[in-house]
Amino acid sequence: MKRRPLTKIRHPVSELSIWNFWLYVAGSTSKSIAAVRNLERICDEHLAGRYRINVVDLMKNPQIAADRQIMAVPTLFRTRPAPVRRILGDLSNTRRVLACLDLPLENSLPFTSPKGRR
Amino acid sequence: MKSKATQPATRELRRSPTGIRGLDEITGGGLPAGRSTLVCGGPGCGKTLLAMEFLVNGASQHGEPGVFMAFEETAEELIENVASLGFDLKALVARKLLLIDHVQIERYEFEETGEYDLEGLFLRLGHAIDSIKAKRVALDTIEGLFARVSSQAVVREALHRLFGWLKKKGVTVLITGKRNNGVLTRYGLEDYVSDCVISLDHRVLDQVTTRRIRVVKYRGATHGTNEYPFLIDKNGISIWPITSVQLDYKTSNERVSTGIERLDAMLGGAGYYRGSSILLSGMAGTGKTSVAATLADATCRRGERCQFFSFEEPPSQIIRNMSTIGLDLQQWVKKERLQFQTVRPFYHGLEMHLARTIRLITEFEPQVVVIDQMSGLETTGTPLELKAAMMRLIDFMKMKGITAMYTDLSSDGNALALTDTAISSLVDTWLILRDLELNGERNRGLHILKSRGMAHSNQVREFIMSAHGIDLTDIYIGPSGMLTGSARVAQEARERAQQVRRSEEVERQQLDLKRKHEVLKGQIAALCAEYSAEEARVERIVSSDKQRTKSLVFDEVEMGRSRKNDAAGIERDLIPANGGNGRNGANGRNGRKS
Repeated sequence: MKRRPLTKIRHPVSELSIWNFWLYVAGSTSKSIAAVRNLERICDEHLAGRYRINVVDLMKNPQIAADRQIMAVPTLFRTRPAPVRRILGDLSNTRRVLACLDLPLENSLPFTSPKGRR
Repeated sequence: MKSKATQPATRELRRSPTGIRGLDEITGGGLPAGRSTLVCGGPGCGKTLLAMEFLVNGASQHGEPGVFMAFEETAEELIENVASLGFDLKALVARKLLLIDHVQIERYEFEETGEYDLEGLFLRLGHAIDSIKAKRVALDTIEGLFARVSSQAVVREALHRLFGWLKKKGVTVLITGKRNNGVLTRYGLEDYVSDCVISLDHRVLDQVTTRRIRVVKYRGATHGTNEYPFLIDKNGISIWPITSVQLDYKTSNERVSTGIERLDAMLGGAGYYRGSSILLSGMAGTGKTSVAATLADATCRRGERCQFFSFEEPPSQIIRNMSTIGLDLQQWVKKERLQFQTVRPFYHGLEMHLARTIRLITEFEPQVVVIDQMSGLETTGTPLELKAAMMRLIDFMKMKGITAMYTDLSSDGNALALTDTAISSLVDTWLILRDLELNGERNRGLHILKSRGMAHSNQVREFIMSAHGIDLTDIYIGPSGMLTGSARVAQEARERAQQVRRSEEVERQQLDLKRKHEVLKGQIAALCAEYSAEEARVERIVSSDKQRTKSLVFDEVEMGRSRKNDAAGIERDLIPANGGNGRNGANGRNGRKS
């Protein structure tokens, strides 16, 4: 498995237009790996060069679980653009992930036009 | 080889004391240490409080830090809620003896986009336990997970792992669960927690609620199986397993004064036995409360403490009323020797009254307890329940060596009302206050129906209340029967008049006798005077006669001398001289002899 660095900016773009993701996982379980992989795939497809993924291993920082009220893992937080979105699971259901993130589905429909898209 | 064989195989299950009064007693020392206990009950049963007390007591009394994982309330809310019960959670948190972690599942408005597990929960809990080296964990309504997490399979799998994991950690866990109709918990939490299950209940009967607790299951140990009423008050939870009271209390020979001199005299001259139970029954207005208050006053006067439970009157009213019979109870209240506890019977159920009474007695530690109008409790239960409750209360008092007076209102003029007979076998001394109606007026009478272990009077005494207190007087029993009140007073007046008359008569007789004596004395004096006058006269006669005789003899001698008589003859003739008629006689005799 290839691990991406925790923070990665693909293209130099305006800081404000960058989508910021925090992915909380608990160790290198199959679910964690799947979640990281799925997130990167979706971002590459829809937000190429405009995203930042922070992967946090709660095993190493358990206090964060309490601070961020995380109970189930993997949990994904989208902190930018507002509002904050919270998504649970290994992100294998792409359609639901896109819907939650207000990203258009592959066959884009007018009513799914996301507010957050620049 | 031999030394190995001597080691006993049986090992007592380790317990983790809850520090909750009574709960440790019925569980035989506390919750199973290192295992999980489920506390289930409906809303408002005190589950959260029980869990919190378990942790707080563990932290403050046994030095065992605890983690409280709250799924319903925030840490701030919890701190605030239990502050009213005297728990300072903030201090415990600051001293790292307590950690409150609020798991916010209400706001978990997430979308599920694939597989997940509740590993985060484990991490949080594990981190919390490790950070303060916790020995106790409370999970307050973990069932919240079922409601919020859509996949029940995930929750069940997580719980299964959780309890196994907690067991491995060696912490004592208390989980709360909501009861559902008929089943212990809505989602079957009891399937995961198999070591100890405690059920809390909150029942309403005749508009009165009573909280009850029951140990449903305690693996590997004996435990009290009954339902016990429990209290939640300013001291938190307290359970009073008073059914455990047994008949093996000590008996005292010491006597305590009733506060009424005459009643002491009636009770073998010394009053009640210390630690005995006294039933005082009578109709309305026969002075039950006054007799009870007199006992309270006498107790405080001795420097002992008395607790007065009243179901009828507020303390101020009792104090005012008793001041009219010369009892200053206020001073004892000020000196904290007398404590009034007043509550209406229908505030609680019977069990709750009992539990409350016993808790208050345990706190105040009085030597004498008065329960005014035990019959007030009749409304809270069936006669059978009341009898059972009274039996436990009486046994409790005896165990504590408390002298207890129960007043009882008997209805319809029958002193031996139903409730009385129900508990009559339990009491040691039974005083009856009754009405004595005669000549259109009502008076009070008191008699002792029974008093175990002492010679006691069988007399009915009239019971008089005045500004000087209570007094007992003899009832007049005469030819016209028993007299009381004004009839007795009239009879006494009549008797007094008779007495006066009699004494006057005696006096008169005495005077009469004296006068007679005087008269007699006068008469005696007169007679004496008469006699002495006579005596004097006779003496005078005698002496003059002697004189005359003497001169006569002299004359005769002279005459004889002059006649030159024989001297011897003359001398001989002189001897039998008798009277003045002797001249011729003497001469004759003389003549014959010579």
